[in-house]
Amino acid sequence: MPAKVDRHLMPKQDPRERIRNFNEVALGYPAEIAVEEAKRCIGCPKRPCVAGCPVEVDIPSFVKLISEGKFAEAAAKIKEKNSLPAICGRVCPQESQCEARCTLGKKGKPVAIGALERFAADYERALGARDAQGPASAHACAGRVAVVGSGPAGLTCAADLARMGYSVVVFESLHSTGGVLRYGIPEFRLPKIIVDEEVEYVKRLGVEIRTNTLVGKTLTVDELFRDGFDAIFLGTGAGLPHFLGIPGENLNGVYSANEFLTRSNLMKAYLFPEYDTPIRVGKRVAVVGAGNVAMDAARTALRLGAEKVTIVYRRSRAEMPARLEEIENAEEEGVELMLLTNPVRVLGDERGWVRGMECIRMELGEPDESGRRRPVPVPGSEFVIDVDTMISAVGTDPNPLLVRSVPGLKLGRHGNVVINEETGETSVPGIFAGGDIVTGSATVIAAMGAGKLAARGIDKFIRAKRERGE
Amino acid sequence: MHRIIKKEELAPRIKLFVVEAREVAEHARPGHFFVLRIHDHGERIPLTIADSDPKAGTITMVFQEVGKSTCELGTLEEGDAILDIVGPLGTPRDIRRLDTVVCVAGGVGVAPIYPEAKAFHQLGTKVVSIIGAQTKDLLIFQDRMEAVSDEVHYCTDDGSYGYHGFVTGLLHDLLAGGLRPDEVVAIGPLPMMRAACRVTAEFGVKTIVSLNAIMVDGTGMCGSCRVTVDGKTMFSCVEGPAFDGHKVDFDELMARQTRFLAEEKLAMERYKAHAEGCKCRRK
Repeated sequence: MPAKVDRHLMPKQDPRERIRNFNEVALGYPAEIAVEEAKRCIGCPKRPCVAGCPVEVDIPSFVKLISEGKFAEAAAKIKEKNSLPAICGRVCPQESQCEARCTLGKKGKPVAIGALERFAADYERALGARDAQGPASAHACAGRVAVVGSGPAGLTCAADLARMGYSVVVFESLHSTGGVLRYGIPEFRLPKIIVDEEVEYVKRLGVEIRTNTLVGKTLTVDELFRDGFDAIFLGTGAGLPHFLGIPGENLNGVYSANEFLTRSNLMKAYLFPEYDTPIRVGKRVAVVGAGNVAMDAARTALRLGAEKVTIVYRRSRAEMPARLEEIENAEEEGVELMLLTNPVRVLGDERGWVRGMECIRMELGEPDESGRRRPVPVPGSEFVIDVDTMISAVGTDPNPLLVRSVPGLKLGRHGNVVINEETGETSVPGIFAGGDIVTGSATVIAAMGAGKLAARGIDKFIRAKRERGE
Repeated sequence: MHRIIKKEELAPRIKLFVVEAREVAEHARPGHFFVLRIHDHGERIPLTIADSDPKAGTITMVFQEVGKSTCELGTLEEGDAILDIVGPLGTPRDIRRLDTVVCVAGGVGVAPIYPEAKAFHQLGTKVVSIIGAQTKDLLIFQDRMEAVSDEVHYCTDDGSYGYHGFVTGLLHDLLAGGLRPDEVVAIGPLPMMRAACRVTAEFGVKTIVSLNAIMVDGTGMCGSCRVTVDGKTMFSCVEGPAFDGHKVDFDELMARQTRFLAEEKLAMERYKAHAEGCKCRRK
């Protein structure tokens, strides 16, 4: 029996270097390491990893292809199920999905499935040989589908439908595609050239993308049906930022993480004044919240020149919702964590700018409905931290703009769209939905899984419609 | 790409474009705005839809050259194109037939007030307009406003035309003289709108203002444009830009408008240096 080989770490940019640039932090496996890592897979018969993948990628097969040096074939194998592998390889929480179920993980470290997925996708991209099959029957189109939103849910739904032979138009409200992949996730975690190329791949499948079109305003859902679309998929995401609702939140120097990241990522304000959109980061920044978005905002603030960046979180380290890898990256770069601390108000100077944040210590009480121990304020423990910028990264709600414009669309308690879990169909016949607009903010891969499910539901819906002779 | 069909210089540094934007024109209603981006490196600029022609598939925009982006926009000519336009955005005004409305506009605020005055006028509402500028040469949209108003009053800060003083001074005089409109619409610089609201509050006249908060996406995603109205935080891109002026926290908004002054100044200086460089080469 061969000696057990440890999981291979992915090389990263040195923290001291990378906080001065926006280049990608994780550098990817060299080919020989990828092969070695792929050889760790024991090819267990139960294939538990596949069940852990929301888009059902045939993981053991692509890993085996990599172990045999068949990199392009490995990429093609992934793409049978996943149209955006270079993105998933970078931003999926594999540790709680495929890798969490890996048999090797029972006694040691699981196979680095995410890193291998990224390797295969990057290999193919570098080759430039990205043959996308066009629609199965381009001239005998099975039907027309409008996809609203070009984020992970919309792109996946569009790509799957195009492969089934449907004519698909994606409507995007921003000037650029990708949704949260573009405006939310920073360059150093997901280079935008990768988003561009994955979107190009979806276009090569025959999908048309129309930017600058806000469905609900520029065009209505009724007009889309009138224009001959058989079905509509809503993948409009959770774009509405939460604020804490504490005094002083409208002071100058308080950003929602969405604003801060949209300025930097979508508008490229990190390149101001070469790009026209400004961003201002002070010397001492507090980021409130501890999810992936908070880590992204904190690390962006450092790169924009902040001297001290502190994550302020009301629970303890164990409850931090961000991926472990992202917390580690942030800490390596010098982001400080102030745990069991909650802001109670933002303090301003006479000109309306942030000069501090008053916080209160918290302790953990009984578990709440999320199963996590509820943070409870410690009376009399208020203190002030000296900051000039505060970034609120405490979550987002489903974007209400479109869904409110559709009469009869059933919404849940938080303004999320209610769907049939089997088909993705909403309460309005012909309208399907998936991703954060249904679940509230979740992950890229969950949105992709929802897009895939809805594509099947839409296919079934249109077939039934055709059988009825409509 | 959105071609510029017509360019007009309304006054020094105030320009009008008619641009192709069919779907925006087809859905535009008074009170709507849109967002444009001149080119790939540009910022997203929100502007009110000053007029729209669904048949021609065009919208009209009016802008004052105040910063780098608007100056650059002003260099575009007929036949040139704007890269991105998205709209219509915001909540349109709920315009019904009333007995009398007073439309108070300062500076370039005349352009966004025009579609509202026009809509009121078309419904048979008596429209009294008060239009002001620093000086006579900066008064714009006179013909258009006269066509949709029953009365138009002009004001100039320097007294070069019409009433000598601010629009709010004349507004006060009209209300003190017994005019009791159902509604006052006030659009212009923030200090003007705040002053107009103080005047109308004194007479108990409902007042709607249109806020020009700093925005990024313009669709409710970033919260940059948040404004306190009646003690609650609102996103002016979604719930506005029109609000009950008596409930708006103008002091907070005026502070918020200074958030990027240093950066705006830097961008403008860089742009001017570059533009002068170009002129030198031409010589």
